[in-house]
Amino acid sequence: MQNLLDLEKKINSELTTKIKNSEIKHNQIYIEIDKDNLIDVTLFLKSNKDTKFRQLIDITVVDYPEEIQRFKIVYLFLSHEFNQRLILSYYVNENEVIESLTSIFPAANWMEREVFDMYGVNFKDHPDLRRILTDYGFEGHPLRKDFPLTGHSEVRYSEDKKKVVNEPVKLEQNYRNFDYESPWDGTKYIKTQTDNNDKKN
Amino acid sequence: MTKKIKNLNLNFGPQHPAAHGVLRLILELDGEVVEKADPHIGLLHRGTEKLIENKTYMQAVPYFDRLDYVAPMNQEHAFALAIEKILEIEVPIRAQFIRVMFCEIGRILSHILNVTTQALDVGALTPSLWGFEERETLMTFYERASGSRLHANYFRAGGVHQDLPAGLEEDIANFCETFPKVINDLENLLTDNRIFKQRNVDIGIVTKEDALDYSFSGVMIRGSGVPWDLRKSQPYDCYEQLDFNVPVGKNGDCYDRYLCRIEEMKESVSIIKQCLSKMEKGIIKSLDGKISPPSKKEIKQSMEALIHHFKLFTEGYRVPKDEIYTAVEAPKGEFGVYLVSDGSSKPYKCKIRAPGFSHLQSMDYLIKGHMLADVPAVLGSLDIVFGEVDR
Repeated sequence: MQNLLDLEKKINSELTTKIKNSEIKHNQIYIEIDKDNLIDVTLFLKSNKDTKFRQLIDITVVDYPEEIQRFKIVYLFLSHEFNQRLILSYYVNENEVIESLTSIFPAANWMEREVFDMYGVNFKDHPDLRRILTDYGFEGHPLRKDFPLTGHSEVRYSEDKKKVVNEPVKLEQNYRNFDYESPWDGTKYIKTQTDNNDKKN
Repeated sequence: MTKKIKNLNLNFGPQHPAAHGVLRLILELDGEVVEKADPHIGLLHRGTEKLIENKTYMQAVPYFDRLDYVAPMNQEHAFALAIEKILEIEVPIRAQFIRVMFCEIGRILSHILNVTTQALDVGALTPSLWGFEERETLMTFYERASGSRLHANYFRAGGVHQDLPAGLEEDIANFCETFPKVINDLENLLTDNRIFKQRNVDIGIVTKEDALDYSFSGVMIRGSGVPWDLRKSQPYDCYEQLDFNVPVGKNGDCYDRYLCRIEEMKESVSIIKQCLSKMEKGIIKSLDGKISPPSKKEIKQSMEALIHHFKLFTEGYRVPKDEIYTAVEAPKGEFGVYLVSDGSSKPYKCKIRAPGFSHLQSMDYLIKGHMLADVPAVLGSLDIVFGEVDR
């Protein structure tokens, strides 16, 4: 459907209870669903003649470590026919396994691998769930908020061992995370350092 | 006597000139026929998305140059648009024309590189020598506008960093006069070339349905006959005021994609010309002191400007809590930014949707049943740049 409002009404009336929340902002439809209804909702969006969201643009995750349902899984859809975009999302716990969309959209394959690699979210029935962007043998999930920016280990070529070795990160100078939310207070990093110096004197 | 025959596993890359960067492609060969292709990516992974989460909005812009480094400003455009939509900033009309003009220059930069290296992969050396000369000219335009040839860091939320220097507009206009001849020369070398056609026609065919299922975009989807261009269907900035055509392929093979790129370069030249003729003198960034920094002159005279400058370059501007997906038609396809802001001056999450990622993923589907020699041809027509695939 060309009209966003009509489209939202249509989706709500067809899927009724499966839609938890829907909203129109920035010319896009935002829909929140339950984790269990993912396959049903996606199939409807892809095949219904009034929606025709034929393309899965991307899958991603937003991490809220302080919440119980930590991960917000986000799917971006595009309908060429009606020139509409739709953003589908739901929340899951850290250890929950979620449905894979690979049987509906082959493009989901690498997108889900990336989500698995970056956030450690597991997918059920994924044909080939390996890490994709990080190194062979990498540990941890880099885009989680509790993963440090500098990482845990670094790689270098060791002249003694004649091979590439993994070592814990050692920095000449610590990463300075300047917090300028209130410039008058100064950053916490410098504050603790000056406090320590004061104690010494 | 029966002999046991085993398929051969071949490592294509990561150091292979036709791999267009650091791609490790593991091919399973039955004789010369490819049975399976498994691309291993991530050798250029720099954690751009993680870094952006730790930088202010203004500091995040240069990371976008380093994604698809053959057309840097097109990426910045997507990020700038995302912030502008959340903050609801109006972009001055001159800034819109400058941005669109440089995006089209980026498109030409990228297409020259792709067309000529694709030719190089299938055995033609001359096009790349001719093409790179033009790229050099275009990169001087980048340098004169932004100060650097590649990593421009030129677009800002609310406009561009600075106005064009004197004389640049005339030089770009001159380029638009001479460049079509170079495209013709390239076409003379390639379009009807027997070897080029033998290597590209009917290779790597993508059907309409599969192009949609594999979430192709840009030339990859237009080559298969889907007339889809975000500049037309979801126009951003001043594209609505410009008149241009969207070339569409018929067969969806490597050759059609080559033709589309050639035609798109011609359209880009016409868009640049229109931008130049419609551009009028005026301001080039939003006048809101809370978002765009004041000029050096103002800082010396006005206390308020000084405070704005200080706040902008320490804390940065705050973006209210929101969530948005914005996409632009980058030379390689739909380049999108999914931005989640939390009211602070740093993005909470910034997912980058790179067109090359979904294109490369279909390598197995595209190459299955083709000969080993077709791998470089198909890879070349996918237009892969590892900066954006690995992020």
